[in-house]
Amino acid sequence: MATPKRSESWIPHFVLIMGVVVFAFPIYFALIGSTHDAATIATGRMPLLPGGHMLDNYWQALTSGTGFRVSGSPVRTLLLNSLVMALVIAVGKIAISIISAYAVAFFNFPLRMFFFWMIFVTLMLPVEVRIIPTYKVVTDLGMINTYAGLTVPLIASATATLLFRQVFLTIPDELVEAAKIDGAGALRFFWQIVLPLSRTNIAALFVILFIYGWNQYLWPLLITTSRSMETIVIGIVKMIGTSEAQTDWNLIMATAVLAMLPPVAVVIFMQHWFVKGLIETEK
Amino acid sequence: MRRRVIFPNKVLPYLLLAPQLAITVVFFFWPAGQAIYYSVLLQDPFGLHTEFVWLENFRIILTDPLYLGSVQVTVIFSTAVAALPMGAALLFAVMADRKIRGTHVYRMLLMWPYAVAPAVAASLWLFIFHPDIGVIGRWLNDVGMHWDYKLSGNQALLLVILAASWKQVSYNFLFFLAGLQAIPRSVIEAASMDAGLGRTFWSIIFPLLSPMTFFLLVVNMVYAFFDTFGVIYALTGGGPAKATETLIYKVYTDGVMNLDLGGSSAQSVILMVVVIGLTALQFRFIERKVHY
Repeated sequence: MATPKRSESWIPHFVLIMGVVVFAFPIYFALIGSTHDAATIATGRMPLLPGGHMLDNYWQALTSGTGFRVSGSPVRTLLLNSLVMALVIAVGKIAISIISAYAVAFFNFPLRMFFFWMIFVTLMLPVEVRIIPTYKVVTDLGMINTYAGLTVPLIASATATLLFRQVFLTIPDELVEAAKIDGAGALRFFWQIVLPLSRTNIAALFVILFIYGWNQYLWPLLITTSRSMETIVIGIVKMIGTSEAQTDWNLIMATAVLAMLPPVAVVIFMQHWFVKGLIETEK
Repeated sequence: MRRRVIFPNKVLPYLLLAPQLAITVVFFFWPAGQAIYYSVLLQDPFGLHTEFVWLENFRIILTDPLYLGSVQVTVIFSTAVAALPMGAALLFAVMADRKIRGTHVYRMLLMWPYAVAPAVAASLWLFIFHPDIGVIGRWLNDVGMHWDYKLSGNQALLLVILAASWKQVSYNFLFFLAGLQAIPRSVIEAASMDAGLGRTFWSIIFPLLSPMTFFLLVVNMVYAFFDTFGVIYALTGGGPAKATETLIYKVYTDGVMNLDLGGSSAQSVILMVVVIGLTALQFRFIERKVHY
């Protein structure tokens, strides 16, 4: 093996460190901003090192969400709403997709492929292109300002169904045969064989879908008119409002940090599942 | 594909499919049908009188300078948001793919922005580029650049492009890195025997990555079209003077703010055609990947 030239060994590190720094730059300032008081930031000469108001800012954001020039809901309410939304969407999507994939893969019945295509076609109808009529349906069903309205319309998932069907096709016929001979019915086979076999796919999908649900914007913006139902992503944009210089930027940045924390933590601590999920859902 | 061994139940499969199909019909097909239906109707602003107008709404939209302006904004915006993250991600991926120490540390430090919501990313960038209190915004004004994205359409567009691209680099990086790691070492080593680094990259590595590049191009386009609403809403609200109003944003303002049901539905239908095109492209790629 030839030894690499000296110049090669530091260039990649240099480029990557620059990349990491540029990436972390906005986060660094958000963290710094959340430790100063509003007046210090409003001068336009915010120090580049942390100030002494960190606990005050986060406490104020979490308990009231309202400052001198910002009125919002307590961030703990917003966090709870986001958590409920992200969890219901992730679990709901996985649950209904895994059973529909099971139906398509392990049974034979009239209109099987028709139903499969029906689910498949929803890939081409993202919520953004049917905003107004979908909003009308939800209004007619009385689901405005409810957790059901926030989550149920987003729960159908062609991607997850396709993924699980792909996984199920790898389960050998012999295994199904053996289970049938042992007297296992379709439901028992699902619980005792299929579900455990899909564990890793479920974990990977969960990470991706949790982030998807947490970061939703347009849909909760339409569905929540009452401030107590807002998610944290909506709450933060409402706090910014007209983005004047004279606003409680310290609270806004504390809220931004709190909004980022759960999904970023999920990505970092469940890194393995995250990468697997990302790559699988695009197949 | 069909299995040889199946379960004999007659009713169970329908029950298993029922929840997914119910949601699909109520929240996907019915609204999509409504969008198509409204797109051929003209309604007065009070909803008292409705008239069937064939393709009149489409004619109005496609000749409306505001709509065409929005098309232009979308083309510039989505080209930039597709190209910038890809360029940066490819550079980082090539660097991280070398046999250097700490690759997995770099990978982790570069992938977390994926988890940041677009609207939250916007608030971070706003805090930095705010003309009065932002660290960079203030500095630009101090050195005499006249930075104010609320007055200058170009600066506003630049800012939404930066904020939207920032978080998309992670995704592109992970896929490029996976693509690079799939190229056999021996191929690269053989090539670098008699060609420089630059040539090895452009004539060997880059062509081998081209299916991945194409795939990411489509994914980034979909992202730029549909997932960046939050960035624009939080940063500029489509302004100043509609300089950052993309097609999705216009559907929202026309439908939700201006209550123009027919016009906004016709725009939705046009966007549906765009998604169908993009999805078809994506699946062509996957088909090719399968044949390899």
